[in-house]
Amino acid sequence: MNDETVLSVADLTVTIGTRRGAARAVAGVDWSVRAGETLALVGESGSGKSMSVLAATGLAPRAARVTGDVRLLGTDLAALSAARRRRMRGRHVGFVFQDPMTSLNPVLTVGRQIGEASEVHLGLTRRAARARAIEMLELVGIPSAAERVDAYPHQLSGGMRQRAVIAMALVCEPDLLIADEPTTALDVTTQAQIVELVADLQRRLGTAVVWISHDLGVVAGLADTVAVMYGGRIVEQGAVDAVFAEPAHPYTAALLAARPDPDANVTELVTIPGTPPSPLELPEGCAFWPRCSVRGDSRCERELPPLVPVAAGHQVRTFYPRQTREDR
Amino acid sequence: MTGESVATDAVAELTDLAVWFPTPAGMVHAVDGVSLTVRRGETLGLVGESGSGKSTTGLALLRLVEPTAGTVQVAGQDVTRWSRRRLRRLRRRVAMVFQDPQASLDPRHTVGASIAEPLAVHRLAASGTARRDRVAELLDLVGLRRDLAERHPHELSGGQRQRVGIARALAGEPDLIVLDEPIASLDLSVQAQIMNLLRGLQRELGLTYLFIAHDLAAVEHMSDRVAVMYLGRIVESGTPAQIWREPAHPYTAALLSAVPVADPPVQRSRQRIILAGDVPSPIDPPTGCRFRTRCPQARPDCAQTDPVLVEISSGHQAACLFAGGAVRAMRAQPTNASSP
Amino acid sequence: MSGNGDSTSRRALVALGRDPLAVTGGVVLALLVVAGLAGSWLAPAGINEVDVDRMLQPPSWAHPFGTDELGRDVFSRVLVAARVSLQVGAVSVGIALLAGVTLGLFAGYYQGWLDNVLMRCMDVLFAFPVLLLAVAIVAVLGPGLSTAMVAIGVVYTPIFARVTRAGVLSVREQVFVRAAVATGASDLRIMRRHVLPNIAAPLIVQTSLSLAFAILSEAALSFLGLGVQPPEPAWGRMLYDGRGFITDAWWLGFFPGAAIFLTVLAFNLVGDALRDVLDPRQLTVSEARRNAG
Repeated sequence: MNDETVLSVADLTVTIGTRRGAARAVAGVDWSVRAGETLALVGESGSGKSMSVLAATGLAPRAARVTGDVRLLGTDLAALSAARRRRMRGRHVGFVFQDPMTSLNPVLTVGRQIGEASEVHLGLTRRAARARAIEMLELVGIPSAAERVDAYPHQLSGGMRQRAVIAMALVCEPDLLIADEPTTALDVTTQAQIVELVADLQRRLGTAVVWISHDLGVVAGLADTVAVMYGGRIVEQGAVDAVFAEPAHPYTAALLAARPDPDANVTELVTIPGTPPSPLELPEGCAFWPRCSVRGDSRCERELPPLVPVAAGHQVRTFYPRQTREDR
Repeated sequence: MTGESVATDAVAELTDLAVWFPTPAGMVHAVDGVSLTVRRGETLGLVGESGSGKSTTGLALLRLVEPTAGTVQVAGQDVTRWSRRRLRRLRRRVAMVFQDPQASLDPRHTVGASIAEPLAVHRLAASGTARRDRVAELLDLVGLRRDLAERHPHELSGGQRQRVGIARALAGEPDLIVLDEPIASLDLSVQAQIMNLLRGLQRELGLTYLFIAHDLAAVEHMSDRVAVMYLGRIVESGTPAQIWREPAHPYTAALLSAVPVADPPVQRSRQRIILAGDVPSPIDPPTGCRFRTRCPQARPDCAQTDPVLVEISSGHQAACLFAGGAVRAMRAQPTNASSP
Repeated sequence: MSGNGDSTSRRALVALGRDPLAVTGGVVLALLVVAGLAGSWLAPAGINEVDVDRMLQPPSWAHPFGTDELGRDVFSRVLVAARVSLQVGAVSVGIALLAGVTLGLFAGYYQGWLDNVLMRCMDVLFAFPVLLLAVAIVAVLGPGLSTAMVAIGVVYTPIFARVTRAGVLSVREQVFVRAAVATGASDLRIMRRHVLPNIAAPLIVQTSLSLAFAILSEAALSFLGLGVQPPEPAWGRMLYDGRGFITDAWWLGFFPGAAIFLTVLAFNLVGDALRDVLDPRQLTVSEARRNAG
């Protein structure tokens, strides 16, 4: 394992007990992210993309059973006590979630909330923490930070709130930033600001970023590597250019083709029939088989395809990888 | 959108529509002077970000919100002052599909009962058998199995639920269907299915749509004409090609450049216009041009004059004092960095 | 309400069956209904069979609840009085349900001045002590079983109006109600087909709790001599009559009192259990906890 690896996850599974049986939300996932690098986890609802990250960082719901090997900065998190794990997470990992309003406490000023983590983890005094909060608000591009530091969350716009949450996540200069659909609730013009902001901060601070998204366009612009998830498993993984240019899994290819392209004049969009499977009723073999346009043979139905390399650093979980351009 | 008299093929027409809502903080100018015409058989796309007033505009077509000023005409009749009772008949002519298919279906009604509601309300089926037959026919139309009529919404997937919402909208054979963000809450792979279904139905049944969305690419794909809204006004309108290739309003250009493209090298190296700040409050919109506070090309004149929609080329209008020129200037000097 | 044999009600029933307290309450209520319907046939002795030789006998095999000052069998009288209690409960809660739901529905649906007027009236009614209000109504209409039922019905109307209105206010904002308006459905149709079925759960709970209080109120009115008139047996009246013998013949007051207590307890147990299984928030919270992520 590389020295720079910030977070690595090996054979991670998450099973959640429900009234209707055990839901296999994540079924054996491996990925890692290095300093200064952005890993994007892409998938539709129920693919396990968020759950895999929450479980890796110890934020899975209590009903979830998590197995696998998770290493943060080389430390095996499972070997730590709950308190030490929490301290390590607080110090080295920052989180940004979809809805900034749920991440912010409505009765505390944003300055207090941003400063709090630095008091706890960096041992700053209240006064130093306030100065640090102003500095962070400036860093994330909030105008007149010295005044906004005393604002309550409801006094800020949606975009400003998400900037405040990012300031909160980065105040301890974490090694890893987890961004779970951070722009989904925002308008496109605000989304563009936030994406640009995170990319810029990452360049300056050298943070590793795990960005969870369903939006392939956003991912295209900011990711170095991408893992496409379906039915709790990674179905395709590799450098973002390779995966987008030459998707080898029928699902990735179909997903990329399903977006209307204003430059191509098509009447009928390429669709994937059916809906993403529920983690409660995953098919036995390849989870995508019932919706697949390739639909190989009964092997797909019975047997789980392994994750195999199609090119250097580009892996795919299918018996029938799409032909790359060179082959054609 | 049209200054001329009511076109004969107009299904619905809004003239100088304003919808204001009183709130404790002040009067919200949700829609503030919108004129548009929906012509028979076309899809008019209405695109904008949150707070642009696009959804309120759609609701006004069904008179589901009270217009503060202006007129609403449907099928040649001025319905602006119609009574509640009379409006019920209007609502057979104009149907609506909502954003969240789960929330828009009564959880206690079966799929069949939901689809049959317009039939019952407008007495469109002579008997129980006729009603069941019509429901089965509608389920076929939207590509759902007939036996789903007995199910409840929670037993269906998101895409199936939206098909039910579409079947319900079709039931009364309306002249116009208002589609309010019909794909926004669906998974990507399902969005394409619903867009194909809507276009297929339009071809087959000669439907007319008002397609309201924040997703520019979807609007471009679905529409014959597009209107872009910002802070309660239409700032630009034209064909999808005109809007996409030659945007004349700086806001449209900024919106287009903010839409991410699923092509990594292109997306990384694109010239982008990143707008500063947020949409101003609709309680106290800026004087003059409403976009001037975020416009990279704003000039002193923009604070003085409130620009009206002017024709730039055939069927292409923009409400900008420097229409065309401002966009060219913006594209010449893209603002890629967002931090101050 | 449309016959929705949907899985929510079935799930609720299954959940109720697993709750031992709810089952106990249900069994007691079932016995009560049997007593109410068939009490006169089941009673070992006539309710007005006076026998001066058997005055004030303590409980025995022949008279499990003893006899009263006129030698009447207390067990038979308690059994037969169940009918009065059930009748009072059903009729008065029926009145309250009908009036309260109608008022709450219109107030919540139309809001504005109608809502203000109706709900302020309900507030005034609500502000009176329950019994005082009932006594006042009986004083105007004259004592007797039917006036007692009307009085209790009026007293419990505001609570149904409030529960209904609160439900209507939240359902009214749901998108599916807007969707129904958009299809052109009339207000009455929307209230009947969409609003009422979706507020049924809190109303069912309130009904079961109010039944308990209605029976208690009837007992109190009868105790005050304002309800059922003698010689017809009613639990409250029997309690009142037994009060004079409390030191010598405890069974005169004890058994009617116990019947009131058990009935009220049973309705409350069932009502609480219903609240737990029908409350949509509780359902979503537990489901959310289970499906978290």
